[in-house]
Amino acid sequence: MSDLMQISEVTVDFGGVRALSNVSFSVEQGEFLGLIGPNGAGKTTLLRAIIGTVTPQSARFMLFGRDIARLPTYRRARLGLAMTHQIVKPFHSMTILDNVALAAGHRRIANALWAMSSFSRSAERRRAMGLLESVGIADIADKSVVGQPMGVLKRLEVARALAMDPKLLLLDEPLAGLNHVEAARLADTVAGINREGMTVLMIEHNLGEILRVSHRLVVLDNGYKIADGHPVEVMQDQAVRTAYVGKEKKDAAS
Amino acid sequence: MGIYEISLATMICINIILAVGLNMITGFCGQISLGHAAFYGIGAYCAAMVAKAGASLPVSLLMGLVMAGIVGVIVGLTSLRVREDFLAIVTMGVGFLFVGVVRQQEALGGELGISSIPSHGMGKLGFLALVLFLAALVTAFSLLIKRSWMGFAFDAVADDEDTASILSVDVTAYKLAAFAMGTAMAGLAGGLYAYFARFIVPDDFGFIPSITVLCMVAVGGVGSVFGVVIATVILTLMPEFFRFISDYKLFVYGALLFAVMRFAPEGLAGSARSLVHAIQSKGGDG
Repeated sequence: MSDLMQISEVTVDFGGVRALSNVSFSVEQGEFLGLIGPNGAGKTTLLRAIIGTVTPQSARFMLFGRDIARLPTYRRARLGLAMTHQIVKPFHSMTILDNVALAAGHRRIANALWAMSSFSRSAERRRAMGLLESVGIADIADKSVVGQPMGVLKRLEVARALAMDPKLLLLDEPLAGLNHVEAARLADTVAGINREGMTVLMIEHNLGEILRVSHRLVVLDNGYKIADGHPVEVMQDQAVRTAYVGKEKKDAAS
Repeated sequence: MGIYEISLATMICINIILAVGLNMITGFCGQISLGHAAFYGIGAYCAAMVAKAGASLPVSLLMGLVMAGIVGVIVGLTSLRVREDFLAIVTMGVGFLFVGVVRQQEALGGELGISSIPSHGMGKLGFLALVLFLAALVTAFSLLIKRSWMGFAFDAVADDEDTASILSVDVTAYKLAAFAMGTAMAGLAGGLYAYFARFIVPDDFGFIPSITVLCMVAVGGVGSVFGVVIATVILTLMPEFFRFISDYKLFVYGALLFAVMRFAPEGLAGSARSLVHAIQSKGGDG
């Protein structure tokens, strides 16, 4: 498999706190890569640095051999990056369907002048409906996003990201807040999309699901990468057990 | 129609152009502006100077529109760095800056303003027809933008800039487009006002007109073109029909702004929508 994105030497400081220290790994074309680590490990920060909403102190993000680390977020999105948020961020003034339809029309809004003279939303709404069906919330497509349960909004985030036709899908804890049936179903949906060729980088705390669906795991702890490899081997790694599982066991014991 | 009614109708149409322009910036794109009258003033002064230099009506109006739009884009650049309440302060500063600078310029007539602006030469009724046509044009254009994909992207920018950019919206371009279009409309309104009044002073374009036009947008319902047009008509007529309001205009507008924000943040348009909704659901139940 060839590299889709090479993430090299990412360092992010927030004030005096170092959130990420020299993190490097690559994302291969077509793989399902899980990004795990205890709370505060820097996973979300890393995802946000890749999409461009956090500015790293230093980093290189080679997407198909081109460094995108200096590009503004909207240009990274146009090059094929899409991201879902851990804390959902739907557009409150729109229906569920239009949240996705806007993303489905990303080519129409690329140029403001063209967007001005472009009116029909029906093709994008059809596409959005298909995506809402694939995540299982098509029946409430015309409802406002206000007041929807977390399970719906999480799936809306995934559908909206897919509508961007991304080459690399960045998912930040898409399963959090879902019950285990919903979580397994959404994980299956994402795994299905991955089987069709989409490269996925997913942060997840739900270890059962991430071990089930991902091909490879990268583990962060305290801003450092401490492991990178096959999920089963990674989970047997001593450093990972101490940093991740060990801590939880200690927590459980106490 | 008497001269009084004609001039009142003309003023309503000018205010509609002004308010629909601000609605583009504040309503569609979510960028608050407390200095909209500065662009109204730029249009008025520019058109007046050009007209006095001998230019024809269309040329003067166009110059006012273009000049206000250019300055609008420059002010719009600040909206890229500051947001929400900070942007409100910045735009308010722009409003004061405009009045402050114009007052000191001998070439612009200083405190005394510009008088004996050439006549448009089309008669009061003819001018009203022109202003009415332009107000209809601006309103139609605004409705078209709202329905277009540009309007869709504006909704996203107004809701959440960061998420919009993740969905590949070039937030910078859209904000500047909103400022350019909205302030150009204000410039057009200013040019029309200069021809209508034929005498302008800096205070015509100060803080109070800025708040008045913001009031029209807020009362109408931020983002709703029809709501804004209706509110503009009502708020322009109100001080005329109730003379005592004229003396307490600022007080009434302030109280109105407060009441709308507190009790009906979506303005007339929002209240009408919930009323229709309530009637429909009642009808459905019965």
